[in-house]
Amino acid sequence: MSDLTIKNLRKSYDALEILKGINLEIKDKEFVVFVGPSGCGKSTLLRTIAGLESATSGSIYMDDKDITDAAPAKRDLAMVFQSYALYPHMSVRENMSFALKLAGIEKSEINRKVEEAAQILKLEPLLDRKPKALSGGQRQRVAIGRAIVRKPKIFLFDEPLSNLDAALRVNMRLELSRLHQELQATMLYVTHDQVEAMTLADKVVILNDGRIEQVGSPLELYEKPCNLFVAGFMGMPKMTFLEVTVTAIAEGNVTLKLLTGAEITLSRPGLNVQTGSQLTLGIRPEHTVLCNAGAGNLQASIEISEELGSESYVYVKTNANEAITVRIDGEQAVPKSGSLVGLNIAPGKCHLFDKQGIAI
Amino acid sequence: MFSIKNKEFLITVVIGALSWLVALLIFFPIFWMFLTSFKTEIDAFATPPTLFFTPTLENYTLINERSDYWHFAWNSVVTSLGSTFIGMVIAIPAAYSMAFFETKRTKTTLLWMLSTKMLPAVGVLVPIYLLFKDFGLLDTKTGLIIIFTLVNLPIMVWMSYTYFKEIPKEILEAGRMDGANVLQEIFKILLPMSKGGLAATVLLSLIFSWNEAFWSLNLTAFEAAPLSALVASYSSPEGLFWAKLSAVSTLACAPILIFGWLCQKQLVRGLSFGAVK
Ligand SMILES: Nc1ncnc2c1ncn2[C@@H]1O[C@H](COP(=O)(O)OP(=O)(O)OP(=O)(O)O)[C@@H](O)[C@H]1O
Ligand SMILES: [Mg+2]
Repeated sequence: MSDLTIKNLRKSYDALEILKGINLEIKDKEFVVFVGPSGCGKSTLLRTIAGLESATSGSIYMDDKDITDAAPAKRDLAMVFQSYALYPHMSVRENMSFALKLAGIEKSEINRKVEEAAQILKLEPLLDRKPKALSGGQRQRVAIGRAIVRKPKIFLFDEPLSNLDAALRVNMRLELSRLHQELQATMLYVTHDQVEAMTLADKVVILNDGRIEQVGSPLELYEKPCNLFVAGFMGMPKMTFLEVTVTAIAEGNVTLKLLTGAEITLSRPGLNVQTGSQLTLGIRPEHTVLCNAGAGNLQASIEISEELGSESYVYVKTNANEAITVRIDGEQAVPKSGSLVGLNIAPGKCHLFDKQGIAI
Repeated sequence: MFSIKNKEFLITVVIGALSWLVALLIFFPIFWMFLTSFKTEIDAFATPPTLFFTPTLENYTLINERSDYWHFAWNSVVTSLGSTFIGMVIAIPAAYSMAFFETKRTKTTLLWMLSTKMLPAVGVLVPIYLLFKDFGLLDTKTGLIIIFTLVNLPIMVWMSYTYFKEIPKEILEAGRMDGANVLQEIFKILLPMSKGGLAATVLLSLIFSWNEAFWSLNLTAFEAAPLSALVASYSSPEGLFWAKLSAVSTLACAPILIFGWLCQKQLVRGLSFGAVK
């Protein structure tokens, strides 16, 4: 068992508060991914959990044991750094056995464990090389190997794949997924990459400015973002936000007027808003459909488009200067820029946010 | 194409010639000293200087008769090694904490330490002399070791700090996660990783201590006097005996020159501060 509980954790550097009260529960064997904009405190959080930074206040428990002030080595965690942080003067084998040696484990036992880890990570032919003589992907695997030989309760990864090229990244992502199943270990993983977050995570934690915005499964966050920040952060390209005014409420339907004057009616029984209130309408690119000019919910002209092959993103502008992103199928012809089009918005897929940016 | 190649070649030649010139300029006094040490006193005085002469070992035998070279050499060895060892024992932990646990005042402290090197040594001669007298350290190897350590410490800390700064913090943190305590962190990760730079620091400290003359002359008489004091003893009372002075200087320089020559690879690599990786 290795549950991790974080209670009201704060971390400041002098007067500058970086972590502003983090509360989080992580269950045994969970793969938890932390995402958030650069500088929001992801690394700081991970390093505080690791014990490399001391918490200013709050506490961290592992299985009911308070480890807030424990030394890093006493926490039974292993960390994989973005820069790999391999010991350059040691061979791969020595890198992987360093922790075991320090722990005073018998030599034959160390060898067995190192070889086992090397086999899992396909590092056997490289055991006697120095890190200098390895490729980025191989170094990454050694860094992971160094972590897994210790059989720690929890693995911490700080953007472990960000130094790899795109193809290798996909590869390593799959390997990490496999590793998680094989080791049945709890993993905490920081990344910038949404695809990594969506594919690896059991649970995604969205951080912003030292606070947790939302915690949930990847699809939960994608489909039910709790506020504007999460809605805007999850999904590439970003969700389109439009300012709207409530013009009518009747029988569970709300009618919203856009800046262009166009209206759209959503079925939202029980929605607590008044006529005239200002809201934000959120709509994902894949829930907007291009149609002929004159048809659809609103009219716009094409600004630019990006054709990715399997799909294309079309950026359009309404005459009220609202920017909207539309995803269309890759095989569908992309209208010329400047041409007029109509947009059909799927009413059932719209998100609504109140003045404070909270989803309603 | 052709002209670029020609130009590159020309630049190489000019740079090569200039380096040789500088090297010769620096080396010439040592060469001249070495040469003079094998001349008779008369040859040594000759104007214009003679380049071809019958070499003689007379100066060396004379020095050997008159003073106990090995006594002074031994003092030099003990004080250089002793002060370097103690200096490193202090400098490594100091530089470690400065490089990896930096605070707002670290840089200031470092600069302040270095600034003591800008002070003319003679400015503190009287207080140091009096302190040495009171503590009974005058003309003792212990006293010399202490003063050499103190004189070289700022440079040793600063050099070690520079080398440690090049080591990514994460590697030490990885060690900490792996269960290394502070000593294991220093001995198993930090020192092996910076051994080239630390070797250069050790070498430099040895050379500085070996060549140190000001404190050696002022704080020792005979008992603890190192080679630099021996050289000085030949310069003043003997007046203008150039050949003998050259011989004793050669004897004093030779060990550290040979040592430095043997370690030149380490020195060059260390002193270029990682510029060439
Ligand atoms: N030692 C420190 N002293 C002062 N401020 C620091 C220190 N370390 C980090 N910070 C600040 O804390 C904030 C959070 O940093 P952190 O490294 O946790 O961000 P991050 O979310 O990991 O960003 P990225 O995605 O770019 O890695 C940043 O604004 C950073 O400047
Ligand atoms: Mg980071």
